[in-house]
Amino acid sequence: MYDTIIIGAGMSGLAAGIRLAYYDQRVCILERHWTIGGLNSFYRLRGRDYDVGLHAVTNFTPKGTKRGPLARLLRQLRFRWDDFALAPQIGSEIAFPGVRLKFGNEIELLTSEIAATFPREKDNFRRLLRELIDYDDLRQQDFRVSAREVLRERLGDPLLIEMLLCPLMWYGNPRERDMALGQFCIMFRSIFLEGFARPFRGVRPILKNLVRRFRSLGGELRLRSGVARILVQNQRATGVQLDNGDTLEARRVVSSAGLVETLRMCEDVPEVDPDDAGRLSFIETVSILDRQPRDLGHEQTIVFFNDSPEFHWEQPEQQLCDLRTGVVCSPNNYAYDASEGDLPDGIIRITALANYDRWTALNDEQYALEKFRWYDRTLESAVRFVPDYRAHVIDTDMFTPRTIHRFTWHDSGAVYGAPEKRLDGATHLKNVFLCGTDQGFVGIVGSIVSGISIANQHCLKDE
Amino acid sequence: MKSGDIRNEVLKILEDIAPDEDLSDLQDDVAFREQLELDSMDFLDIVMELRKRHRIQIPEEEYGQLVSMASTVKYLEPLMKDL
Repeated sequence: MYDTIIIGAGMSGLAAGIRLAYYDQRVCILERHWTIGGLNSFYRLRGRDYDVGLHAVTNFTPKGTKRGPLARLLRQLRFRWDDFALAPQIGSEIAFPGVRLKFGNEIELLTSEIAATFPREKDNFRRLLRELIDYDDLRQQDFRVSAREVLRERLGDPLLIEMLLCPLMWYGNPRERDMALGQFCIMFRSIFLEGFARPFRGVRPILKNLVRRFRSLGGELRLRSGVARILVQNQRATGVQLDNGDTLEARRVVSSAGLVETLRMCEDVPEVDPDDAGRLSFIETVSILDRQPRDLGHEQTIVFFNDSPEFHWEQPEQQLCDLRTGVVCSPNNYAYDASEGDLPDGIIRITALANYDRWTALNDEQYALEKFRWYDRTLESAVRFVPDYRAHVIDTDMFTPRTIHRFTWHDSGAVYGAPEKRLDGATHLKNVFLCGTDQGFVGIVGSIVSGISIANQHCLKDE
Repeated sequence: MKSGDIRNEVLKILEDIAPDEDLSDLQDDVAFREQLELDSMDFLDIVMELRKRHRIQIPEEEYGQLVSMASTVKYLEPLMKDL
């Protein structure tokens, strides 16, 4: 009998596991995939290391900062700032036709860029900043309010609104077209007020730290152990049944599988509405270059581009992908410690919106062909906003909604999960709780904080 | 335990919760929240650590007693006097 079974060995599940094992619970984390990390996993291909999800760790705050999610998670998991060895970004950009806004890890750069490019919005933006600066929590009422409406009341220029929304939606909005105000506030803090960083070796050291800590506290981690069903008696979970038929008993279950995905496992739930799971999925091209991107004149860490004055954040209906907007990320362009040097290869990754149903309907031959086709189209779209690096590509890889589904098991490969979040982590069962993407926080730091807060709220106090 | 020992125990817990923090000039009468910017999650940890290390149960409605070092030691004195 376990005290807690955790479904999913991503950031949130591992963090919840550490909290519970630290306070002497018998904990088992069950992961369906053969590797850990969920969306933020890693792999090796033709002699090179790749990350799956990580462009940037958002919510970056420098060493010594006491407030904010990063400081909170370090305290809660008993890590030192240096354990994660985060290197800050060099600088990022929002690129629309004929207008660009630079931003970095200090809000002053964005403020001055807005003052220079949108002089009439200078004071409006300052007022907005003052409202947002102290927002550091999830409030249910803010998730029923439209961010677009609030921004229209505060800012006059529609182009500025679109430009501000672009990176915030790209890095964490599960809802199409509009964004919940609560999500907007969280993303604004994590991107504009705090910022981007990356460990020199990518997501691996973060995951390795988490797993090592979990195991050293006596936690049990089982890979290739998908949960087929959550067993229920008298409105309580009694344990889980694995894909291979084995059953495990537990006093409670914490699931990072997503709301719809978790309810579907509960044997007392006859039917779920798959539309509730969210439908925004991505493709990503990864290009390995024969030189550092800066040697081609590309010095930004992340470029969020959009090719018209209006930003369209929705699933492409008619095509496999929508290339009107995208994110260009170069893991090379972080201020790594001098002792680390440069990354061995130049890398440029581009993310675009994609249609899960269309990608999964392809047979293997078509799938391989479409990957080639959309790799080329994606780069063609991106080089309108960044230097053309296509002549310097020496290796490539690409992931699609199919890949995202394999790593996350989220319905429709929905990267940010369900549009409606369960901020309190509760389900219809008294001892089954949600953590991770569908609880409300996103990003690496956000997911870890999600696991911690669900463990704290629901699994520690009743001991 | 006497109040000096209790203070040391609480200090050890704070060192574990905030390993990057310099606690040598901690002021006993100033709230933890102000000096160390501890939040409600951290207060839960102080409670959980006291339970783990000393088997002391603190009901949730009394978490508020752990405001500063002085108030925490005062609250813990009767609970820890026989340890």
